Formats: sequence, C-alpha cells, structure tokens
Amino acid sequence: MDLNAAHSMGTTIIGVTYDGGVILGADSRTSTGLYVANRASDKITQLTDNVYVCRSGSAADSQIVSDYVRYFLHQHTIQLGQPATVKVAANLVRLISYNNKNMLETGLIVGGWDKYEGGKIYGIPLGGTIIEQPFAIGGSGSSYLYGFFDQAWREGMTKDEAEQLVVKAVSLAIARDGASGGVVRTVIINSEGVTRNFYPGDTLPRWHEELEPQNSLLDILNTSSPEPMSIQ
Amino acid sequence: MIFVELLCRYPYVTGTSVIGIKYKDGILMAADMGGSYGSTLRYKSVERMKPIGKHSLLGASGEISDFQELLRYLDELILYDNMWDDGNSLGPKEVHSYLTRVMYNRRNKFNPLWNSLVLGGVKKGQKYLGTVVSMIGVHFEDNHVATGFGNHLARPILRDEWHENLSFEDGVKLLEKCMLVLLYRDRSAINKLQIAKITEEGTTISPPYSLKTFWGFSAFKNPTLGAEGSW
Repeated sequence: MDLNAAHSMGTTIIGVTYDGGVILGADSRTSTGLYVANRASDKITQLTDNVYVCRSGSAADSQIVSDYVRYFLHQHTIQLGQPATVKVAANLVRLISYNNKNMLETGLIVGGWDKYEGGKIYGIPLGGTIIEQPFAIGGSGSSYLYGFFDQAWREGMTKDEAEQLVVKAVSLAIARDGASGGVVRTVIINSEGVTRNFYPGDTLPRWHEELEPQNSLLDILNTSSPEPMSIQ
Repeated sequence: MIFVELLCRYPYVTGTSVIGIKYKDGILMAADMGGSYGSTLRYKSVERMKPIGKHSLLGASGEISDFQELLRYLDELILYDNMWDDGNSLGPKEVHSYLTRVMYNRRNKFNPLWNSLVLGGVKKGQKYLGTVVSMIGVHFEDNHVATGFGNHLARPILRDEWHENLSFEDGVKLLEKCMLVLLYRDRSAINKLQIAKITEEGTTISPPYSLKTFWGFSAFKNPTLGAEGSW
C-alpha cells in the first residue's frame, strides 16, 4: 500500500440547476492510493457568498485552484462593488485550469446564483474547457451516473426534487465507485442564500445487494428464532 | 529531446469532424455537437462552429479548450480591427492567415493548439474556404474541406458529387449525406448537428437537429445465419 501516494479525491461531484437556483452535491472520500485518508471531507468549497465549487481529482491541485480563485474573486468583488457573477467565477477557474493544463489534474463544477442570470452551473473538466450546463457530473463516480441522469433529469424541478435527485445520484455512485464514499453533502444556493446539508450513510436508501445495517449478529439472533443459525 | 507531451500534452475534451463546402452564395459548413472525453460521449451540446467578425465562420475539431482559447484570440483580433473604424474589415483570407500563423508558431515552440480548423467566408463576392489541417499548421484552400474522419469518409463523396454553383438545398443535402455516413461510421459522432451558412449578407447557424438513420437492410436482420459466431 502506497501511503505516500498523492491525495486524490476519486469522487463523485454533481451540480444541478432547478427553478430558482442550484444544488451542488458531493461524496466525502479522500484517498491516498487505497487508503482512505479522510472519510468526511468537504469537497464543496466556497468561492464567494453566492458561488461555490465542487472539487475532484487531485486534492492539492483543486485546493490551490480554488484558493487562487477565491483570492482574485475577493478583490474583484471589492472593485466591482457588488457580488461577483457565477460566470466570472467560472471563467477565473477556467483561466487557471487552462493556463496550467500541463501541471494540473482537477475537474471542477462551479455553481451559484447571481441576480442577472439566476442559478447557473459551469463544468470545467481536465484541460480547461468551460461548458455551461443545466446539470453537470464529475469525478470517477460520475461514470456510473451518465445513464441515470439521461433518464432521471428533468428541466424545471423544484428545490426538493432537485436535492433528492442529487442525493440519490451521489448515493448510487458511492455504491459502485470504490473511490467515492462516506457521507453525501449538498449545498443549495438561491436568491435567499446558501444552505448546507449533510446526509450520513444511514439516511440513504439501500441499493441492490446492500443490506440494512445492524449493530450485531446477536440482535438478529435474538429477534428472530431459530432459523438464522440453523444447521446446514 | 523535447516531446510534445511534456509541453502540451494530451487532448481531453475533443470534437470530431467538420465539413465545409463552397456553394452558389457562399460557404456551407456542418459539424455535430459532441464533446467526447476519451471514449465517453460526455458533452452533447457543444457548438463547434462560430462566426468570426462579419465575413468569416470558423469550425473546429480537436481539443475544445484550445478552440475556446482561439475564439478569445480571434475576438481580440476582430476588436482591434474594429477599433480602427476605417471602413475596412478582416476577411476570411486574413483570418485564415492569422490562424495559420498562430498554429504554426505554437507548433514551433512545442506547445500546439490541438485542433484542426475550417475557416470559410465571403467578402466582396469572393468565396473563400480554407483549412488548417492540424496542430502542425499545415494549411490549404479548396472547394470542399473536412477534418478528422471527414477526410476519409466525406471527401470521397464530395469529390464525386460536389460541383460549382450548388444551390442551398443541394448543398445541405450533400452535407447531410456526408454527416449520415459519419454518424454510422465514426465512433465519436453523435446524432445532433448544426449546419451553418455564410454569404455576403452574413452568417446563420441552424438550431441543433438530428438525422433519421436507416437500419432496414434485410442483411441486417440475420447477419450470422449460416455462420454462427461471426459478425
């Protein structure tokens, strides 16, 4: 086991627009090779009051990019005299990602709300392409979600429908992607402000071949009788 | 020894073929709206053709982030040209020349823009259709051009069926014939495309649309009859 491997957030990250704002979602696993270095990371990082970014890929690279962007956006906000737009934030992220494409390995999803365009999501994959989308998925876990979103995504969902979709999706990806795991975090951004939510494993649905968690075998033995340990 | 991959690298999000033809009133260009991420058809609404100034239309295949950067360079070029406010404007020949220089100079520094470009336009009645074939900077003009798979699948059709003074309808049908072949035979093609037209009056890019495909050959129904396990 290579404990000196770079911290990578295998990850599942999602950004979804709904009628009124955006929902950003992510898992919470950071791995060093096969070891889970942090099982409760927060991959949804604030850039400004109204714009957040979901980080995937190299933990270090994504952190440094978001640090630089936060720094520039802070100055930009002071100079502009009003909150930065999501578009500006996303383009700053693109600038850094594109101009350092040889050295960086990070895929980002920028999402937020501003008074001009409302809720917007921008995907910035490896290479520094910027692409505005009604919803975006990223990270290694996203491979398992292309089909899911093709079928489940609809325009004009409510806040609750959109959040449930995000939580369901991250939870499905966690079920199949070894590099994703832990809890599901969501951030809702709209005209009213920002709300952070936290969904630990026991609140998520059970998928195929997953069983209800128990405290101990002894509880199973005590509640039902005599079948569980019957002699074969 | 300096290798391209050290300085630049591998393409990540790529667009596939672009086809361009001259027709009676100007240039017609077609491209699908796919942005592939390796073998995954990741993005399906990427506009790979954009108007440049008043007289040109640029279509690109290859790395999308590099295309986006090229558009920024061109924006600056056109802005600078407009600022002169002297009644002159850059035509397609000039824009093509600029693109070629940018591509070739980047190549010389082992830091290429990973694209193949099609530049078409009309200025003062003169139709122009040029292509920058690759990140190396090779370029030429012709009556019909294509990038990527289009070179192998579309150009033979165009060599056979293109002629001077195609009408708009015939031009569109010809492009659609080529795009359909590409859809059948290019793994990175998607069934969502746009056709763009540029004439003396200006540029129009169609809304995205899909083509009907044909699967009704009797041979398709039971291709392995009499040879189980074959394909």
